[in-house]
Amino acid sequence: MPVSATSSKLIYEALKECDIRLVSALPETWLVHLIRLTDEDPGMILVRLAKEEEGVGVSAGAHFAGVKSAMLMQNHGFLASINGIVSFAHLYKIPLLMLISYRGSIGERDPWQTQGGNVTEPLLRALGIPYFFLDGLETVKRQIRQAQTLAESSLQPVALLLTRALMWEEQ
Amino acid sequence: MLRVDCLRSVYSELENCFVVTIMGAVAAELHSLGHRPNFFYLQHAMGLASSTGLGLALCLPEQTVIIFDGDGSLLMNLGSLSTMARYRPKKLVHVVFDNESLLSVGGFPTATSTGTDLEGIARSSGIPRVTTVRSVESFKTAVTDAVKANELTTIIAKVEAKGPVAYVTDLSLLENRFQFRRHIQSLKAR
Repeated sequence: MPVSATSSKLIYEALKECDIRLVSALPETWLVHLIRLTDEDPGMILVRLAKEEEGVGVSAGAHFAGVKSAMLMQNHGFLASINGIVSFAHLYKIPLLMLISYRGSIGERDPWQTQGGNVTEPLLRALGIPYFFLDGLETVKRQIRQAQTLAESSLQPVALLLTRALMWEEQ
Repeated sequence: MLRVDCLRSVYSELENCFVVTIMGAVAAELHSLGHRPNFFYLQHAMGLASSTGLGLALCLPEQTVIIFDGDGSLLMNLGSLSTMARYRPKKLVHVVFDNESLLSVGGFPTATSTGTDLEGIARSSGIPRVTTVRSVESFKTAVTDAVKANELTTIIAKVEAKGPVAYVTDLSLLENRFQFRRHIQSLKAR
């Protein structure tokens, strides 16, 4: 499977360097290596969710406990989390670091991903969620660190869109 | 059985726990008994009180965390039972007040009024200890036992669909949230 192991490892190292100690996740193709790395790390709490919105509550609980967390999800998982984001993270000023695989965008071959791709950025903008693209190996670590800093200082969700360019190694 | 009487019966036991409640009547009634800095009332985001309690319990495994959930909220996030069961924090107590009603919005019946069995769902989700109680006395015993049990417990408390006179408290949402976190951090610093 041409999911980039190199990029996944770099992203995971960046999360560790940010002192992230809890990761919630729902599997999706582009996230397989990231979830495996999280699962294999005894210093990380992995919470495999039934639905992504649960992750908003789990991250809020971690924040109250003084533990930094991150959420791994597909953009459709972001869509499934919107009420939690608005009526918990925004309402109660909870920092969320959301790493969202940006399916359904340029180069997408799976027809079922394309509608979600269309609405991801408009919805992030409508919700007032700052978002940034992870698209190059040389900038990944800095961007994750800076996104985490912004989430903590602004006490709000911040989204990082994992792009095809970073996550998928074309055959 | 009234929910407020259940809450009153265990109020003194909550002092050394971290407590997360759902919105509406549960929040207002616990608050009316006397707010404490270890109480967090999730006044929206229905369904996520249990997820919040799970996040707390996973990060603070030595602390007792009590969730006061409701049938309407839990039905919105049944997957949470499977996630809690998967990680089963030993000191997490999940109380579900089942009044078979979405009381805070006018008393519309939920699916538990037509036979949906939350005890059965919790058990089948893999929650190791599950019980249903119908009296204040048995409620108090169930909560006290669960706190001592050192095993994830879900308690379904069948209560009347009667709520408080007022739902809005004088505690602002953000004040509650910052106070709760600061309280936890101050305990960790000791």
